[in-house]
Amino acid sequence: MYPIVEKKILNESVTQMEIFAPLVAAKAKAGQFIILRVDGEGERIPLTVAGCDAERGTVQIIFQVVGATTEKLNRKQKGESVCDFVGPLGTPTRTEGMKKVCVVGGGVGCAIALPVAREFFKLGADVTSIAGFRSRSFVILEEEFRACSRRYTVTTDDGSYGERGNVTAPLKALLEGGEKFDMIFAVGPLVMMKFVTETAKPYNIPVTVSMNPIMIDGTGMCGGCRLTLTRGGEKITKFACVDGPDFNGYEVNFDEAMLRGRMYAPFEKKARERACNLFAQAEGGAKHGD
Amino acid sequence: MAIEPKKHEMPVQDRAERAKNFKEVALGYSEDIAVAEALRCLNCKNKPCVAGCPVNIHIPEFIAKIKEGDFEAAYQIISESSSLPAVCGRVCPQESQCESKCTLGIKFEPVAIGRLERFAADWHSAHSQEKLAAAEPNGRRVAVVGSGPAGLACAGELARKGYSVTVYEALHTAGGVLVYGIPEFRLPKAIVAREVEALKSMGVEIQTNAVIGKTITVDELFSMGFEAVFVGSGAGLPNFMGIDGESLNGVYSANEFLTRSNLMKAYREDAETPVMKGGKVVVVGGGNVAMDAARTALRLGAEKVYIVYRRSMEELPARREEVEHAREEGVEFLLLCNPTEILGYFNADDPRDEKNGFVTGIKCIRMELGEPDERGRRRPVPLPDSEFTLEADAVIMAIGTSPNPLIKNTTEGLEVNARGGIVVNEEALTSRAGVYAGGDAVTGAATVISAMGAGKLAAAAIDRALSAKHTNEGK
Repeated sequence: MYPIVEKKILNESVTQMEIFAPLVAAKAKAGQFIILRVDGEGERIPLTVAGCDAERGTVQIIFQVVGATTEKLNRKQKGESVCDFVGPLGTPTRTEGMKKVCVVGGGVGCAIALPVAREFFKLGADVTSIAGFRSRSFVILEEEFRACSRRYTVTTDDGSYGERGNVTAPLKALLEGGEKFDMIFAVGPLVMMKFVTETAKPYNIPVTVSMNPIMIDGTGMCGGCRLTLTRGGEKITKFACVDGPDFNGYEVNFDEAMLRGRMYAPFEKKARERACNLFAQAEGGAKHGD
Repeated sequence: MAIEPKKHEMPVQDRAERAKNFKEVALGYSEDIAVAEALRCLNCKNKPCVAGCPVNIHIPEFIAKIKEGDFEAAYQIISESSSLPAVCGRVCPQESQCESKCTLGIKFEPVAIGRLERFAADWHSAHSQEKLAAAEPNGRRVAVVGSGPAGLACAGELARKGYSVTVYEALHTAGGVLVYGIPEFRLPKAIVAREVEALKSMGVEIQTNAVIGKTITVDELFSMGFEAVFVGSGAGLPNFMGIDGESLNGVYSANEFLTRSNLMKAYREDAETPVMKGGKVVVVGGGNVAMDAARTALRLGAEKVYIVYRRSMEELPARREEVEHAREEGVEFLLLCNPTEILGYFNADDPRDEKNGFVTGIKCIRMELGEPDERGRRRPVPLPDSEFTLEADAVIMAIGTSPNPLIKNTTEGLEVNARGGIVVNEEALTSRAGVYAGGDAVTGAATVISAMGAGKLAAAAIDRALSAKHTNEGK
């Protein structure tokens, strides 16, 4: 069992937890992920490491409640445990040797972008961060980003906070203004990463994207996380769990990844409804029972 | 007394009934049938069956005990050589191993050695309360990577010799392929759990959620005080054919499909892990894994399941019993066929159409057998203009795996061959001192029993090496 030592609600659908998992905490680096199961009946879900404290033996995860499993996880309180927690998996983000970088995060993807931005900052790079959200109430980790970025721009779709629009507008403005980044690191919804890549293309700036496909084992056994890259005109299959999760944005077939990400959408919707009903029943029952 | 020319039939669940449930298909011999089958053994002098067994079980001896009705003694004889008799009695390809060598088999059907092995193991677990005792500890620690058949066999052998063994398992449940790969209807998970418990009662420690190469490296295991490491990490990344359409929704590797159903219990109504159920399913491949996937799809509610295999029935590598069972249950075999493309649905007018990106069919081409290849198997050659399309809602690729790169990538000086398999000598020793390996991580996809054999071999080599080291140090 892996105890939850801290829990913090970041916004109405995003929660941060610190899990006691010393072996993972001792090893995890920015860009890597873990797989957890909430309980003995649960599914395995991958979550990117948002930070870790090797001394305390804790690993930070930040997740959005999107399905039955994250719903269940979100109901867990400080002091309770999750039954399985394994990692660190995947390869760390390449952060060495960069002088000037742009880190782009979309929504809960900012949780993954933050440790990467921090690592760049620690290594002395000039960090520009752009974070995009749906609206003001969804903004997370602003202070944390400001602390490790020379420049921080926030955008919201509805203009309720920061610049109105999505992350590509400020990125484009910077690139048009002549900013020469050694690398753009983008993580968020697939469609955002696709358009960040397209925005950067005319300027020939390398783009690294962090992919988060459906996975089961996370160790290179099931092949569910495969994605198609185009390299030198050739199509190649890669596995996000062992070859990634970071990939060269120019090589990734985002459209295919988007379709693959929707494979179980109807099932997930139903499963979440079922989970919510169960919780509602349990809560109703608890009033009468113990 | 005349010899019964045929093996005693294995009692099985009714075929129509079983194709809809996940309960074990083969029900096992009764005591009477077991004794009657045992009586078919000629107890011949040269015992060719023993040589046909990768772990050299004393076959005629255990069968003799069944003849006498001393079933516990039969079990004890098997366990001298095999760590997992209840498993091997169920999943070994006996027809190409022990039973293929049986003297009786020259004239009649061979003795049903596998069924008798299973009988003895099941009898023991139903009747014996006796737990295997932990051996006197010798104070030496060995780490085993992976809790599949190779790892469990290695751990069991070493524990018996007094080693303190820790098994590291990447998944949340111990058993490796026995748990994620082989379905419940062929190998009930309760049996695997029992074998794992038996090892624990011998003092073996099992640490789940530990990915060696990630959570802990092989080098760190040595600095933690382990004197030897056995790598039985199994086969890894699933192979795909490299044809168009393999990334469509509904295309699975057999590993993924089976893991969802077996390990994650997606076959249950209330499962939290999804898997596609129903519709038309095409399984590509002809091994045991392909049979397992096809029969699982059927049980999940598929209306039609095809096996597409590029050679003929003669070359099809699956166990005969599985092929028979699959056929009886309604799986259709399309032999001498090879997929050329997987077809999908795309509605250009509506990118939000929920069916976009899902499989609709598979294009195949008919094959004929040409000249033998380097392994002596006749090479399948496509017949021109023979392409046809099968409707399909799911396609499962069961065409093998390539060794997992995690340990190779994080262990300096560990030599691998061109296919990524870890290179070992006849003592199961790798290019790194103190690091041994066996099973699919070395050979690529093979059988449970050959992995067990490799684990056992490595255990003996580790014992010799560590004993010699400590004797020298003692001088």
